[in-house]
Amino acid sequence: MEKVLAVAEQRDGRFGAAAYEVVSVAAKLAQDIGGAAHSVALGGSGISSAASSLGAYGADSISVIEHDALTDYNPEAWVLALEEYIRSGDYAAVVFSATTIGKDLAPRIAAHLDVPLASDVTAVEMSDGTVSVTRPVFSGKAFAQLKIDASPALFSIRPNVFPAVERPRVGDVTTSTPDLNASGFRVRVIERQGADDGVVDVSEASMVVSGGRGMKGPENWDLLEALRGALGVDSALGASRAVVDAGWRPHSEQVGQTGKTVAPKLYIAVGISGAVQHLAGMRTAKTIVAINRDADAPIFGVADYGIVGDLFEVVPRLTDEITALKAED
Amino acid sequence: MNVIVCIKRVPDTEARIRVDASGSSIDKSGIKYDISPYDAFAVEAAIRLKEESQGQGDVSVLTLGDASSGETLRKALAMGADRAVLLTGEVSLDGLATAKALVSELEASEADLFLFGIKAADDDQQQVGQMVGALLDRPCVSGVSSFEVYGRMARCRREVEGGSETVEVDLPAVLCITKGPNEPRLPALKGIMAAKKKPLEERPAMISKSRLRLVGLFTPPVRAEGKIVGEGPDAVPELVRILREDAHAI
Repeated sequence: MEKVLAVAEQRDGRFGAAAYEVVSVAAKLAQDIGGAAHSVALGGSGISSAASSLGAYGADSISVIEHDALTDYNPEAWVLALEEYIRSGDYAAVVFSATTIGKDLAPRIAAHLDVPLASDVTAVEMSDGTVSVTRPVFSGKAFAQLKIDASPALFSIRPNVFPAVERPRVGDVTTSTPDLNASGFRVRVIERQGADDGVVDVSEASMVVSGGRGMKGPENWDLLEALRGALGVDSALGASRAVVDAGWRPHSEQVGQTGKTVAPKLYIAVGISGAVQHLAGMRTAKTIVAINRDADAPIFGVADYGIVGDLFEVVPRLTDEITALKAED
Repeated sequence: MNVIVCIKRVPDTEARIRVDASGSSIDKSGIKYDISPYDAFAVEAAIRLKEESQGQGDVSVLTLGDASSGETLRKALAMGADRAVLLTGEVSLDGLATAKALVSELEASEADLFLFGIKAADDDQQQVGQMVGALLDRPCVSGVSSFEVYGRMARCRREVEGGSETVEVDLPAVLCITKGPNEPRLPALKGIMAAKKKPLEERPAMISKSRLRLVGLFTPPVRAEGKIVGEGPDAVPELVRILREDAHAI
């Protein structure tokens, strides 16, 4: 029986949307070919109980590889543990998430296994034993359809594109502990500097409020933070390259060709003119709203809805109206 | 400190991309090419490292491409790199094939650092640097926005979702560079003139067949035309109604 493997990522001992999407994709492919979906998770001791949640999304079996050295992402440790696991498995396909971890891990695994890798795919199917994928190129200005001529076929999926679908399975969990000697690692994570607790990264948020030069200065950002807060927990701030280069906002918020590519449910562009490179980073958002005082700003060409006006009047009003709406919910 | 930077020639990020009549490649007419943006950050980092060690050490740039990539190498030389190598061969979407071709040139190298841009602005595959690290068995850190060298170790700032990490890596190492605080310099006339005399060797690449078979290329459907809901704050209630009832976005 053909097997498809999902590499389910945990962060701080928890599995989130990225992991459930990966398992869902593996489960769908397995269903299409009449095969089985497996998933594998790496982490520190104790993640097996959290890992059982993967069964709800279609994992027929869940392997948990536990070791202190795997608690947080370290490329040397994770590659050693995972390569061994995949080699012994004879999988038709292996699915990764195109998160920071997945985009770092998958190419290394591919090179070790001597197979190619299709990164950041937005569509996948399997027919006649071959995996076909669609992936964006030129920052999403075009899409390439590829067939993967190798087994296992390795690919990573773009976050927020494939839905996490509940397909409850028994999801037997087996745990193993590899032999890893952390003192031999040539890459060592010394320290982590986290963003504020509870604030989701712009590349993973389902709603984004993004600011550009029209905001006039960093001191005005509380206007956008208020709007973001009104939208709810799964929202984040984004920024255009201009305001990041000016030092008003951190690079971690930059959306665009030399920043992050985001695909949220809702993207509100405030005071952003809509340069080609910015559009490349957000054009696949489900709903795009633009607020700008220039009716000819290119952003209106890609927005689904727009308001032409002074953002310093429009944004506070929008915050108030959304707050009132949510209060009624 | 000897550094090799691997770069790629790509369409300028302003370019409008159209698929040609064959459906399997882009229409190149009117497109300007340049060094891929993240690769430029990598070249800048290498040159700064050399400047900070009073000009000690060597910066080489390497690319896989066709003859026109020589122009991209000259730009890196004009920025301040010392020498360049052009491996001529067809680049495909299969990053492993590219990595293997680069490795056949790199494996005998005693460079301390191998720098890559984190991803190329044409294929966005984001894999060649890590694959080269794996094939050369050199430790590799990706997403590096800045780094400093201390003897045989580099301390890197790695950008991750929700923050950053401080990562130490033993040299020789591969670093995949992302945007950092130092904007790539524009070559000055003096650098452009000097670049013409710097060594640029050309040799055929040992390139294996691509195992990512391109079936077709298409441009995304144009988004349906949007609507301006109104002007000024008075348009907000209608926008909110639309977002809730029509778009189901809030």
